[in-house]
Amino acid sequence: MSLKPKVSTADHILGNGQADLTILEYGDYQCPHCGAAHPIIKEMMAELGSQIRFVFRNFPLSEMHPYAKPAALAAEAAALQGKFWEMHDAIFENQNLLSERLLLDIAEQLDLDMSKFKSDSQDEALQDRVDGDFESGMLSGVNGTPTFFVNGQKFDGGAEDLVQILGEN
Amino acid sequence: MLQKNDVAPDFTLYATPDQKIKLSEFKGHNVILAFYPADWSPVCSDQMALYNEMLKYFKKYDAEVMGISVDSKWCHMAFAQSRKLHFPLLADFEAKGEVAKKYGVYDEEEGECKRALFVIDKEGVIAWSYMSPTAVNPGADGIIEALENLKSK
Repeated sequence: MSLKPKVSTADHILGNGQADLTILEYGDYQCPHCGAAHPIIKEMMAELGSQIRFVFRNFPLSEMHPYAKPAALAAEAAALQGKFWEMHDAIFENQNLLSERLLLDIAEQLDLDMSKFKSDSQDEALQDRVDGDFESGMLSGVNGTPTFFVNGQKFDGGAEDLVQILGEN
Repeated sequence: MLQKNDVAPDFTLYATPDQKIKLSEFKGHNVILAFYPADWSPVCSDQMALYNEMLKYFKKYDAEVMGISVDSKWCHMAFAQSRKLHFPLLADFEAKGEVAKKYGVYDEEEGECKRALFVIDKEGVIAWSYMSPTAVNPGADGIIEALENLKSK
């Protein structure tokens, strides 16, 4: 199964944007498996970040996880102020405390313009962006979270399997 | 396993403890039938929970999704409540697996439905079918592609 649409500059990209190896995660900020994958991904990027282009797309399972979508919107709103990855990391690192309050607290700690952050979080364009990520996951065969794609091909395994395979190559 | 262009066998199954669903009542709509082995698989990778998140996309194609397993209507009720599912789960319970057998997707050894998908068109004809390895949640990309093809027909 292959990724639709392909990674573009509209995506949130970490590491080396020119790298030959692209790893993409479809994730949900309230999913415990994504929370468990987060430090593994962080470590992988700390070691191999110069060789990897890492991309995150939202796949909030809203019926199951009521804070998944508010968290996704908060990360997207932070992105509009250049702090996507800071918000992304802070949400996963405090996943057990996830609430509307937590999202605001993180935004304050990141020194975001709070009135802009709040209005952006409600903005329809951001909703569409998160929905667009979800839809792209649906068309790409995402069947749960996290789902990883390696150079556009679905990877059948979790973050640990991914790191193990990278280590072997 | 029934294939594209086969007529979808009609059935009547319990969807709730006091309500039955008859497939032929859905003529004029597309139907997604998702046979699956059992209720209560792990949450974040659960196929029914995944489809629950996609109902608005299925709606765009005028498609109704229904899950089918051999679990009883009471088990389905508890599972659907626990996962907040907003679409019917049908109980292929008595005679056990009868509908799955008609569609050629019954696992005699386990006594469960195999993990199989059917997209049925507005005339009640199978437009697409897919058998997934039992342990693998097939996602929804195949369903959407089949519905897209029906739309452009």
